[in-house]
Amino acid sequence: MQLHISTGDGVPIYLQIANQVKHLLASGRLAPGDEIPPIRVLAKQLLINPNTVARAYLELEREGVVHKRHGSGTYISDAGSPLGRKERLKILSGRIDALLAEARNLRIEPAELMREISDRSRQIQPDK
Amino acid sequence: MNTSTDAVEVSHVSRTFGPKRALDDVSLAVRRGRVFGLVGANGAGKTTLIKHLLGRLKAETGSVRVFGFDPVNEPVAVLSRIGYLSENRDLPAWMCVDELIRYTAAFYPKWDDAYAEQLRQQFNLDPRAKVKNLSRGENAKAGLLLALAYRPDLLLLDEPSSGLDPVVRRDILEAIIRTVADEGRTVIFSSHLLEEVERVADDVAMIFHGRVALTGQLDAVKESHHRLVLRFDEPQPFAPKVPGVISLTGNGREWTAICNGRRDEAIAGTTRLGGKVVADEAPSLDEIFVAWAGNKSE
Repeated sequence: MQLHISTGDGVPIYLQIANQVKHLLASGRLAPGDEIPPIRVLAKQLLINPNTVARAYLELEREGVVHKRHGSGTYISDAGSPLGRKERLKILSGRIDALLAEARNLRIEPAELMREISDRSRQIQPDK
Repeated sequence: MNTSTDAVEVSHVSRTFGPKRALDDVSLAVRRGRVFGLVGANGAGKTTLIKHLLGRLKAETGSVRVFGFDPVNEPVAVLSRIGYLSENRDLPAWMCVDELIRYTAAFYPKWDDAYAEQLRQQFNLDPRAKVKNLSRGENAKAGLLLALAYRPDLLLLDEPSSGLDPVVRRDILEAIIRTVADEGRTVIFSSHLLEEVERVADDVAMIFHGRVALTGQLDAVKESHHRLVLRFDEPQPFAPKVPGVISLTGNGREWTAICNGRRDEAIAGTTRLGGKVVADEAPSLDEIFVAWAGNKSE
């Protein structure tokens, strides 16, 4: 599991970890049943405080993305991300706003942007 | 005997050097098993504070307790539990690395030879090399080895990364993480590299001109601060007087405000002044630090 932490942009590190695990799951690089690294291992790998990793895992567990098996490790849950549709759309809306603003700057019409998005979606997920 | 869970308790400590007020009514607590980042500009009082924890300076007013002991009155009880890496790393120049290790080991009953050797190999230090011939990075690693090898309850690092290359800084961060992750001991480190503090600290204190401007859990500090971008219809010749903000920078129609907790007040104030908030985001620790630094110099 390769995560990348950035400290410049104000997003708390535990949220960066939680979000990246969800993205890995959404993009298929993590699958239900996969084990994610123990807290200490990930803390040393990313050079961050183990309590921060613990908080990220707790957050993911609370949301049902991962679960602990006692005496063993932490695993991706079968249900995947059970976030409500509203919450999931909320996560996207910030990125959509930024994309729309960028498109407007570059004088690209929303209709053309939509076409680009569907083309790109076919390119990155050819098997779907 | 003190049974509190705090490794360090500093309350109302002041210290002057001639006309200069180095510490001004400083209070803070460091909980056991946590990593505490001490942040401040050069000359803000970080090293002076650390010297109080080591008993090298006596508090003029207030009190200092390390594991419940006064470092000045009970130096053995305190110093035997602290692993200290000073900013200057004043190691005896004429010794070789292995002499330095054996010499230091003699002072500490809890010294762990196997761990010292493991660190020496990990840090790639030649046992026959003279201290005076070590590079700056090797010197720091030797100092770190000496501070770690008796597994102190409190690891105290004064600007450990100052002037070092990224590879050695990584070794130091790893040592901090391992100290808390594997053994649940306490770490205090001072730094002006906020990126490192943000990575490894549980709690922080920001010190400016000898005063603690804020202290608390890192996540709580980050979550209580907001960066607001304010936009006014007319260019503002001077920084608008927005209530509840720590710093306000910008020019013309757009200004950036950093506020701590009083976000609603700042937004209402902006509206009253004929502006609106066009962005509300989380600032980095760096931005928070700069905002407070400006605030205190006024």
